[in-house]
Amino acid sequence: MRQFDRREFLRAAGGAGAMAALYGCGVAGSKASGHVVVVGGGYGGATAAKYLRMWSQGSVEVTLIERNPRFVSCPISNLVIAGEKTLAEITVGYEGLQKYGVKLVHGDVVAVDADRRSLKLASGDTLSWDRLVLAPGIDFMYYSLPGLDNAAAQETILHAWKAGAQTLALRKQLQAMPDGGIYALCVPKAPYRCPPGPYERASLVAWYFKQNKPRSKVLILDANEDIVSKRGLFMKAWADAYAGIIEYRAQSELRDVDVANRTAILEFDKVKADVLNVVPPQRAGSIALQAGLIDVNQRWCSVDWLSMESTAARGIHVLGDACFPAPAMPKSGHMANQHAKLAAAAILNLLAGQRPSDQPMVVNTCYSFVDNRNVIHVASVHAYDAQARTLQPVKGAGGLSSAPNEMEGKFALAWARNIWADMLG
Amino acid sequence: MNKTNATALAFAAGFAGLSPAPAQAGDPNLARNLSATCANCHGTNGRSLGGMESLAGVDKNKLLDKLKAFRSDAKPATIMHQISKGYSEEQLDLIAGWFAAQK
Repeated sequence: MRQFDRREFLRAAGGAGAMAALYGCGVAGSKASGHVVVVGGGYGGATAAKYLRMWSQGSVEVTLIERNPRFVSCPISNLVIAGEKTLAEITVGYEGLQKYGVKLVHGDVVAVDADRRSLKLASGDTLSWDRLVLAPGIDFMYYSLPGLDNAAAQETILHAWKAGAQTLALRKQLQAMPDGGIYALCVPKAPYRCPPGPYERASLVAWYFKQNKPRSKVLILDANEDIVSKRGLFMKAWADAYAGIIEYRAQSELRDVDVANRTAILEFDKVKADVLNVVPPQRAGSIALQAGLIDVNQRWCSVDWLSMESTAARGIHVLGDACFPAPAMPKSGHMANQHAKLAAAAILNLLAGQRPSDQPMVVNTCYSFVDNRNVIHVASVHAYDAQARTLQPVKGAGGLSSAPNEMEGKFALAWARNIWADMLG
Repeated sequence: MNKTNATALAFAAGFAGLSPAPAQAGDPNLARNLSATCANCHGTNGRSLGGMESLAGVDKNKLLDKLKAFRSDAKPATIMHQISKGYSEEQLDLIAGWFAAQK
């Protein structure tokens, strides 16, 4: 791929005047320069691309590489599965990044060469960087479930844990299921993407059944010792609204799947379902493995929490779900967006020959729907601990909703609208 | 590789070649960075698209009083009483000042 020049960037951004209007006031002049390539346009990557341009006042060139034509959000996608939202309502285009001067490349990265600071795309094009941001999300460890380790099986026994075609396909399976059927949801051992997500999904499928197929059941087969997130709130919501519909089984780790019989094979039991939904064990996205960045448990990428820089390769920053998390830090879209801002600030300092800030902070908020209107949250604030060299939850901060409520149902949708714009608008 | 060793090595390698000038001494970007932690919900630079309060251009004292009231539980909230407790009063002051300057 040819290198694009600076004039091209300014043209793409609509000229310097437009740029100044976007950056707002009160921003110190930046001495940073160079080219940052961002791989992956989800909650982390898209935010990083935008903030690098916005905070550098256009002095840093940014190329975002993303394989999908449009962004489809995992948060809110359980409402699509329940028939309360359409896929179009959780889909956002990338065109909003053009006004910041982000150069967008739709393609697949097949190889990262950390030493030469270059990467190769499936198209054969190559791209070089001064700093690389890798936001690859997660990939599934299907090899741990032999019956599911082929493409045909994965189109029958769905994960719907990456939003898009699988989200709609699971919706269709639930619609086609006769009343009186069993929907079984297999939850992997933590850590996995979106800790409260499986329990929200179980709640929303139960809500759909209650309205439309009241004799049907939701069976949660959880590999964990107990409900991983918002335990008390989910248990109360299930007892209040879904008694006789939701059954929860802890310590029920999936060992394999009998695909033809839609049967979950556990250590001591086999469970046949009408709709079997398997959220498989996860690791950092494959490109992180290829790049040699996976250095924890053969699954996750360890980072320096002052900069999100990989501890395995200098000059490469890893964001979001792919990271080995700091204490009590969830794998969430909200957290990936916060990682991105931490990384953007640090990268601009580094490109200007300065240290990253020594006092970064990140916040997390996860809203979960327990029915079509009522929502519960978990929130936490994390600050850098210089002694422990990690982000630690701030004592006394954060917490849970007191009970499911409609006000937070409205906030959850406003959260989605605002964070999608913070990434892509 | 042993993770602790890997981290320690990376730290040693990472900062060895950098200027000793610390970012924290009058860090000109601290207020910006802290305020960016609010943008997920309240919009980039505090400009909300709706459903959450816009913070851009709000009078500094008004915003700071509100944040302190959340922090002390004087003002009821669904979530801001929990989030505001994660910041020191000095940090809240920086955040309120930064949003007030976004006209």
